[in-house]
Amino acid sequence: MKDAITVKPPPFAARPGWAARLSSGFADLRELQVSTVLGVGFVAIICFGTLFAPLLTAADPLGLSKETLLGPGPAHPFGTDDLGRDVLARVLYGGRVSLSVGLFSAVLSLGLGMTIGMVAGFFGGALDEVLMRVTEAFQILPKLLVAVVVVSLIGSGLANEILVIGLLSWPATARVIRGRVQVIRHEEFIAAAEMSGASWVRVLARHVTPNVLSFLLVSASLQVASAIMAESFLSFLGLGDPTHPSWGLLLQQGQLFLQQAWWLTTFPGIALAMTILGLNLMGDGLGGSRAGTRATRR
Amino acid sequence: MTEPILSIRDLSIAFPRRAAPSVTVVDSVGFDVMPGEIVGVVGESGSGKSMTARSVLRLLPKTAEVQGSIRFRGDEVLKMSPDRIREMRGALVSMVFQDPMTSFNPVLRIGDQIAEAIAIHGRTSRASLGERVAGLLARVGIPEPKARARAYPHEFSGGMRQRALTAMAVANGPALLIADEPTTALDVTVQDQILRLMRDLNEQSGTAILLITHNIAVVASLCRRLIVMYAGRVVEDGPTDEVLSSPQHPYTWSLLQSVPRIDRATGRLTAIKGQPPDPAVPLGGCKFHPRCPWAERRCTEEEPSLERVGLSHAARCWVRMSNTTAPVQ
Repeated sequence: MKDAITVKPPPFAARPGWAARLSSGFADLRELQVSTVLGVGFVAIICFGTLFAPLLTAADPLGLSKETLLGPGPAHPFGTDDLGRDVLARVLYGGRVSLSVGLFSAVLSLGLGMTIGMVAGFFGGALDEVLMRVTEAFQILPKLLVAVVVVSLIGSGLANEILVIGLLSWPATARVIRGRVQVIRHEEFIAAAEMSGASWVRVLARHVTPNVLSFLLVSASLQVASAIMAESFLSFLGLGDPTHPSWGLLLQQGQLFLQQAWWLTTFPGIALAMTILGLNLMGDGLGGSRAGTRATRR
Repeated sequence: MTEPILSIRDLSIAFPRRAAPSVTVVDSVGFDVMPGEIVGVVGESGSGKSMTARSVLRLLPKTAEVQGSIRFRGDEVLKMSPDRIREMRGALVSMVFQDPMTSFNPVLRIGDQIAEAIAIHGRTSRASLGERVAGLLARVGIPEPKARARAYPHEFSGGMRQRALTAMAVANGPALLIADEPTTALDVTVQDQILRLMRDLNEQSGTAILLITHNIAVVASLCRRLIVMYAGRVVEDGPTDEVLSSPQHPYTWSLLQSVPRIDRATGRLTAIKGQPPDPAVPLGGCKFHPRCPWAERRCTEEEPSLERVGLSHAARCWVRMSNTTAPVQ
């Protein structure tokens, strides 16, 4: 019997602890491109600024004063607007509005897109045909134009903006996820799971979902960016929520004083540009980097 | 006489094509597997082995047209409701796939995937699940099973994955294990380990095994019965030693001739001339006749049926070889 020769296997290394994993995580970071790091940096700055707005400025974004249209100075780093409100505070607090509209409508559109994409890709056939035709129907709509019309019909307000933007931007996600699921569906481990007696719900939830998450992550950062853009566009046209000033609203109000007070439009514009650029760089970087593809590697 | 655990009769599997007659890849296949028996199915790629195996678990692509009868312990598999199929899969009948590299979900831990296979079919607490998973991994010879259960598939070698896959397949103590070329993707030493594992499972738990392979050596060492498939048909079916020592179908004979042997230094290996027939192109008569050295006129016109040639030995041939020498060509 060959069994007589027993070779004692070397001990299997235990899973690395959190410290080791963290340092290998940093090793991954070093492989990231400069543009990705820049993108993450921009997004981090914006998130920090909006989250800790009360610590960064004592001014009230809605507090009026007599010091109207002051240029940037020590008391008001970003100046004041025509009603004497502190522009720094308005940019920081306005970011909260812009970012949350972006985030919530992205969550809505990603949820919808992922569900539709997964169902279409997994089941195929007639269901896929129908869902994809619906997706295409949504995709060919001129998104911003429809958003403008719908918001002016159902009324402006944060919830309506989120709803409209979310419902109009899911098709891209649905198509990406569908394509990925079509590939995964024919993987042997799906057959293996079915062989074990797993129901389709379990197969989708346990075996398909984790394999599309990395794609969803990339999709997410781009979705947030485009939702913020859409929100700014709506606000700029005066369809935003006047009680919650967002960057778009600041731009709209500032454009009246474009020649007298450049700071009214420049600072919200920079914040908006940094966010959109940052999210896009981040999304592109994640899509191409090892960190983004790790989940799908084997 | 005991009831067969698996009984396949007149099984035909066809795939429809657009604007063309459908392609039949499995044609009136029939055989039995007895409880506790190891049956080998050999044949070239495309002979319908895997399709037959997958049809037992109803894991064929949705477009497949399946006819005939597959009975598991007397129940008709082809007429079972989806719920009953799911109850059967993994618990009573399970399968080890060919490629251990792709059969695990790359983003889930090995142990969790095995635990899932158990949890689907019974209520077990998390703690005892972990115990059972470790026990299964230990049983298939994976050292340090507790630690390994927390590993991801990419941390396992091919042989270990195939072991783990086998552990997953036998997790619920199935009565029938279908192994679809379990050793094809592995190197020879690991092949041997996996085969020994299969034999142990069979001896210890009485699990019947349907072993699909194109490796005759594997069959010879493991199986009591041997089924030879060619072009979607069973061409020979009999006890392994009988089939190997006196093959009745020319295809079986040719297959044996093409196996390298250490005790016969004849120099060149005999390859079977030609290609297996394209299932999409209609071919009259015996499907093997274009490649058969014994082919007669009758073989090109009429298809033979599977006839008994011994006590439990059958072959699908008009000429039916009586000796093991090829005619002069």
